[in-house]
Amino acid sequence: MTTEHTPTPRASRVSPSSGPGSDLGANPGTRSGASMGANPGASPAASRGTGSGSGLNPSTPPGASADANPATAAWLSVIPGLGQYYNRRWIKGTIFLALAVLFAIAMTAPLINGIWGLITLGDDPAVDDSRTLLVQGILSAIVVVILAIAYALNIKDAHRDAVRRREGFAIPSVRKAFHDSWEHGFPYFIVVPTFLLLTMIVIFPLLFMVLLAFTNYNLYNSPPAHLLDWVGFENFAQLFTESIWSRSLLAVMAWTVVWTLVATSLQIALAFFLAMIVNDPRVRFKKLIRTVFILPWAVPSFMTVLVFAAMFNDTFGTINRDILSVFNVSIPWLTDPTWARIAIIFVQVWLGFPYVFTLVTGVLQSISKDWYEAADVDGGTRLAKFRYITMPHVLYATAPLLIMQYAYNFNNFNIIYLFNKGGPPVPGQSSGATDILISWVYGLTFDQNNYKMAAAISIIMGLVVAFFAFYQFRRSRSFREEGMY
Amino acid sequence: MKRSMKSNLEVSGIYLIILAMFVIILYPLLWAVGISLNPGTSMFSAKLIPDNWSFDNYNWLFNDPRSEYTLWYKNTLIVASFNALASVIMVGLTAFVFSRYHFVGRKNTIYATLLMQVFPVLMGMVAIYLLLNLVGLLDTFTGLVIFYTVGGLPMNIFLVKGYMDTIPRDLDESAKMDGAGHIRILTRILLPLIAPILAVVALFTFMAPFMDFLTPRIILRSPEKYTVALGLFSFINDKMGNNFTRFAAGTILIALPISTVFLFLQRYLISGLAEGGTKG
Repeated sequence: MTTEHTPTPRASRVSPSSGPGSDLGANPGTRSGASMGANPGASPAASRGTGSGSGLNPSTPPGASADANPATAAWLSVIPGLGQYYNRRWIKGTIFLALAVLFAIAMTAPLINGIWGLITLGDDPAVDDSRTLLVQGILSAIVVVILAIAYALNIKDAHRDAVRRREGFAIPSVRKAFHDSWEHGFPYFIVVPTFLLLTMIVIFPLLFMVLLAFTNYNLYNSPPAHLLDWVGFENFAQLFTESIWSRSLLAVMAWTVVWTLVATSLQIALAFFLAMIVNDPRVRFKKLIRTVFILPWAVPSFMTVLVFAAMFNDTFGTINRDILSVFNVSIPWLTDPTWARIAIIFVQVWLGFPYVFTLVTGVLQSISKDWYEAADVDGGTRLAKFRYITMPHVLYATAPLLIMQYAYNFNNFNIIYLFNKGGPPVPGQSSGATDILISWVYGLTFDQNNYKMAAAISIIMGLVVAFFAFYQFRRSRSFREEGMY
Repeated sequence: MKRSMKSNLEVSGIYLIILAMFVIILYPLLWAVGISLNPGTSMFSAKLIPDNWSFDNYNWLFNDPRSEYTLWYKNTLIVASFNALASVIMVGLTAFVFSRYHFVGRKNTIYATLLMQVFPVLMGMVAIYLLLNLVGLLDTFTGLVIFYTVGGLPMNIFLVKGYMDTIPRDLDESAKMDGAGHIRILTRILLPLIAPILAVVALFTFMAPFMDFLTPRIILRSPEKYTVALGLFSFINDKMGNNFTRFAAGTILIALPISTVFLFLQRYLISGLAEGGTKG
């Protein structure tokens, strides 16, 4: 069974690039052609697939029948191609028809199989691997959506060509159509392939994860030995009602929020303060100072976090052994929850302040001296100058990037995992004391193989992230400027 | 008199703070260097200033037959180069289209890309693993490069688009009048102008594989295909402290070139990031 299914995704991967690609190419081409009024009746789709046909003119006379009926054309292209024949675009019609027949023959069985797998998740553990079926099912669903879009575009295309024919536009030669499609469809030649790739690498995994949250996939019930089943919202119910899960979820969420706010705010505050004092005209060696201050950003964090983890090590770390031993204290940095949290925030501030420092320094240097001189004339105090000149300038220029810093730390998996793997462990919880949502999800997935719970938590996390992202984008300038051109 | 006293005090205070920051910043870095110069592999006996310092650990990395460090370095260079190349091409073209063309669906595509940017790719790692397994790209550099390139697309596209939006459109409009095609406008008119931000993208995408241990850990299986970060991580993973001196030596050799390039290019980085960030 597994082997029977293997061809499915292969075939489905081919389809987006050949089938709908040409249709999508057709749509914009003709459309913008119409709006420009310069190249009416461009037929990009006809040309795109046909290297062989280029140079041949369609044998129809140019100019056209006033009796072309758009509705008829649209209805005819319920079978792709016929509508185009009706419009006397023989080559385009033939290609559409050929593609439709090819897809119908090659794809119907695999797509039906794929959807079947998605619904049942297999019925014999000996031959079905539910994970594979799930992957194939999602891919099939994506292909179905793409094909449906292509199909709709085909009908639209026939309709539009008929409208144009009635208005008396000439049918272009294949060569001209090819040229026009490149001319006007250019954005689609770039965006469509990019988006197909993004669909595979970004959207598909997200869909997979969403679906996983509604299955019973964990260490004890995992393919290939067992089949997965759909369990509805059971995992979410468990997450909120069973004490080990609800307590962990609450603890992790609280720490994620504290971590994000405290670590990021501290690094911004420190950076702001340092940028201000280094920018003081009386301070010399500015270049050297700034270079050293950028070092934590320049050195790969992969290395520094692990070095810090070793430095904070309870027994042989240099902080306990060389520095604190002077005062005869030894702090359990990695085994006590509170100390671990303090240490990890310290490390993040160390790592994160140079970026903000550099941004703020850049803005400080660009503030015109006139502002401050004017303030001096008015007898403004230092505090007033900071409050009314420096702050607004800096915040205006850097606010979006500072907000990004919060978002970055919210998902800052690397530092949490490399520093202490989310530890130390907390009794009665499935999460460690320094686990933030993303590191907890990672631990559940790769250490405990509790895929269903990891997926359920990911969904909650994804909703939070998406909500804030949407809110932020709506306020950001790029969002508002959209549509200006 | 009193005024200058106060000023002097202030400046001394500032220098004192800066000095304290110097110590905090440099101590861990110097400590790592010191550790890497300790002769043994154990961290229990390692010291910041070793009693008899040596380049044993560096020597081991390059010359010991059991060391695969140079192989890892080569693997990473391959992955990094292809990632940078593919990223610059794809990001440049897509950002160009987003910045300069008005097409049906543009707005929705941009929103979709923005939204993709916010979901951490880590969330979908299981699916990536299964997908690559299904198409036979597991444990290959191709799979790793595709993942890096496409995963980084949304963020990089906006970086470049934001920068490109600040370049006046009159330039390409007039080129268009003169009959320049799409690609010609991009390569002849815009490319020289957006070169700084593309350099940033190339640098970021080139450096990423050197620092990421997570993705290779999931995608790559055989040790001879390890990237350098994953290989070094395997030095210390599970047996913390055992090979820490070697790990320190190995990472310092990655950190040195990266930090140097970074310090040289930071001016471009900042202007690029600020432009892309505020206006993207």
